[in-house]
Amino acid sequence: MKQNNVSIVLWTAALVIALGMAVFGYISGEAQTVFTKAVKICMECIGLG
Amino acid sequence: MDKKHGSKLRKIVQICWGVLTNAYLKGFTAGGSTIYTGPLKHFCVPGMNCYSCPGALGACPIGALQAVLNSRHRKFPFYVLGFLMTIGLFLGRFVCGWLCLFGLIQELLYMIPTPKLKMPERLDKVLRYLKYVMLIVMVVGLPLLYRNDYGSSKPFFCEFVCPVGTLEGGIPLVLMNDQLRPALGGLFIFKMSVLAVCILASIFIYRPFCKYLCPLGAFYALFQKVSLVKLDVDKSACVSCGACARKCAMNVDPSKTPNSTECIRCGECIKSCPKNALRFTCAGKKVGTT
Repeated sequence: MKQNNVSIVLWTAALVIALGMAVFGYISGEAQTVFTKAVKICMECIGLG
Repeated sequence: MDKKHGSKLRKIVQICWGVLTNAYLKGFTAGGSTIYTGPLKHFCVPGMNCYSCPGALGACPIGALQAVLNSRHRKFPFYVLGFLMTIGLFLGRFVCGWLCLFGLIQELLYMIPTPKLKMPERLDKVLRYLKYVMLIVMVVGLPLLYRNDYGSSKPFFCEFVCPVGTLEGGIPLVLMNDQLRPALGGLFIFKMSVLAVCILASIFIYRPFCKYLCPLGAFYALFQKVSLVKLDVDKSACVSCGACARKCAMNVDPSKTPNSTECIRCGECIKSCPKNALRFTCAGKKVGTT
């Protein structure tokens, strides 16, 4: 039971960190970097260099 | 989950997800001159899905990760890593089995009735580490080490390996857009060769790209033991008959390692168990009826 509670706390802490990272990254403009790349045809991705 | 209808349900989810995330029809009708440029492209989809696919509505997480790492400002990829960790914590490799279009394509190819190839166990074991090498070297390492004169880098995995981009983006765009054709060269031929090997291998081996090359599967595998969605074995019901291990196309023995890093949560083992000893759980609670 105690081990289960520890797992829940650790899992929740990991989720808070993950969500925090995502929100921080979004606010600091990383989403814009992703967007800028994703809205253009990516020549490297499709094999045109 | 209903044992009888589990596989059908999964196929329906895979198809619906593939259609839903690639529903920009104008990309297919505008002669390959445009792809979706709306606000949804700020966000990643959980599975491998090239953002240059004419229909793609979201960003590929591996492409997005490299885009941030490659930028001149050398940012730590908080946004993409945070997103991937969140998905990993909830679903783990359930994404591979249920929410990946390229996974579905490989499964459909494997349904072609031919003799199937069983990889020698030792070779299979070694090759499985390749996907971690892809993640560490091609997705993260090389983009960090290599810088051009402008201070930016290359998306090494996308450029030199990813068959998903060739299939979902390269082929349709090149077929539809005349202006792209003069740019075809050695790189395209190389990437087409990688794709051809993946397609051919998929006919004989179950999901070879997922097993051996996919860096996204490697990332989600790290969360397999802690994700909310898990596979659980009722040890009191299990008679160790081996039916689940024989059924598993990912070569896992679910009765011994139900949360193996290789399990894609397809649920075939649940269906095969004569004692109903296997089940999906979500946050420790049994899911569906068996």
